[in-house]
Amino acid sequence: MNDMQLGVKRDYGMLGPSARRAVELGLASAGWYHTEVPRKTMKDLMKRTDVPAIRDTALWLGAMVLLAGAAVWLWPSWWSAPFFLAYGVLYGSASDSRWHECGHGTAFKTRWLNDVVYQIASFMMMRNPVTWRWSHTRHHTDTIIVGRDPEIVFMKPIELFRIFLNFFGILDAWHGMKSMVINACGVLDEDEKEFVPEMEQHKVVRIARIWLAIYIATIALAIATRSILPLMLVGLPRLYGAWHHVMTGLLQHGGLADNVTDHRLNSRTVYMNPISRFIYWNMNYHVEHHMFPMVPYHALPRLHKVIKDDLPEPNPSIWAAYKEMWPAVKRQLRDEEYFLKRELPPTAKPYRSEFHDLEALPMAAQ
Amino acid sequence: MDKWVEACSVDDIEEEDLVRFDHDGRTYAIYRSPENEYFATDGLCTHEQVHLEDGLVMEDVIECPKHNGRFNYKTGQALGAPACVNLKTYPVKVEGSAVYIDVG
Repeated sequence: MNDMQLGVKRDYGMLGPSARRAVELGLASAGWYHTEVPRKTMKDLMKRTDVPAIRDTALWLGAMVLLAGAAVWLWPSWWSAPFFLAYGVLYGSASDSRWHECGHGTAFKTRWLNDVVYQIASFMMMRNPVTWRWSHTRHHTDTIIVGRDPEIVFMKPIELFRIFLNFFGILDAWHGMKSMVINACGVLDEDEKEFVPEMEQHKVVRIARIWLAIYIATIALAIATRSILPLMLVGLPRLYGAWHHVMTGLLQHGGLADNVTDHRLNSRTVYMNPISRFIYWNMNYHVEHHMFPMVPYHALPRLHKVIKDDLPEPNPSIWAAYKEMWPAVKRQLRDEEYFLKRELPPTAKPYRSEFHDLEALPMAAQ
Repeated sequence: MDKWVEACSVDDIEEEDLVRFDHDGRTYAIYRSPENEYFATDGLCTHEQVHLEDGLVMEDVIECPKHNGRFNYKTGQALGAPACVNLKTYPVKVEGSAVYIDVG
């Protein structure tokens, strides 16, 4: 079932007609398709350990310190540029996956380590750690359900220019800073009030005030030293280092179906090079992550091996994934109902169709 | 008033794991701790009513399979967002090889 079949346009607000319709149709908080995995195997995959995340975090933060040190040392020469560019990717892109994994609480076994890295990564991504924890919770409950999922990137009608701007973090940073200032004044907008429980809302305000103080101090330092350098280290890397997380993030759900309850239809798994997988913390195994969010990032390749016979063939590279996604997105520009329906292997169970009879939508599916 | 019902056999639950038990229109989760003790809570996460049966037991903690909400299954205490409301717990006893819970 989709919005256009009902003769109405999609409304991505959390309180609009699409949200109400999703609830009426049973698409909100629905039961989702899961590949069957024996309990013993799943327990082994879910098992927590600190070792991989401590290693990766030491590498991530250690590399940031070294790159920033080199960049500052070479400043204001242009020779500092490559160091800033690399630092920026670790700040404005690797933080995205650390925010994500630690938000789930799966990266480390030790809870406080998850919490500390979550706070650091949230700051670098300009995402209020309380608001975004709840928004991401909703993203997992109602993945790409229009009016329910607050993290849909390809909103229809698709505005490619907005997505392009986000390769430089422009809109995300603008919204992040705007929310920070509004929240610091003690105000939450209507959407935030919808998905952040009342008992948690005071935490949104407290964090926003702390962050605002940090940014004011950074700007004051830049003014006092008459140099942009402090902002090159804090704040601006969210812009000049965002491209990698946008490049990988667009592939998660781009060109695929909305308003379905089978992650194989709305999420994409892509094989990636080891550097991108380090930056992205294995979120390229995105169908697997959505089906089983309790499996830590370091176990996702193993989970993929266990369930791949029930999933569409992964795209073999980032380039191949874009080659698949781009024509679909272009078609969605003129036909909002179109989506890519990728072929399942003969070993897979059929796509779930309780809420969306795909066979009845031959014009919509490829 | 006490109302003890047989929920499962001691061997039905692996150490540091849980099983689901449905009775009289309600659903419960029965746990076996690493110390080989048994506990019981409501079966549904208080956050979004997802069943805990596919969750992960780590020492004293049960983690919800959908959003990673965590509870101490011995006390029912919610340990942080998105789990904000405690789980109801039930008394448990073991007689012979059977695990009973008090649903009264």
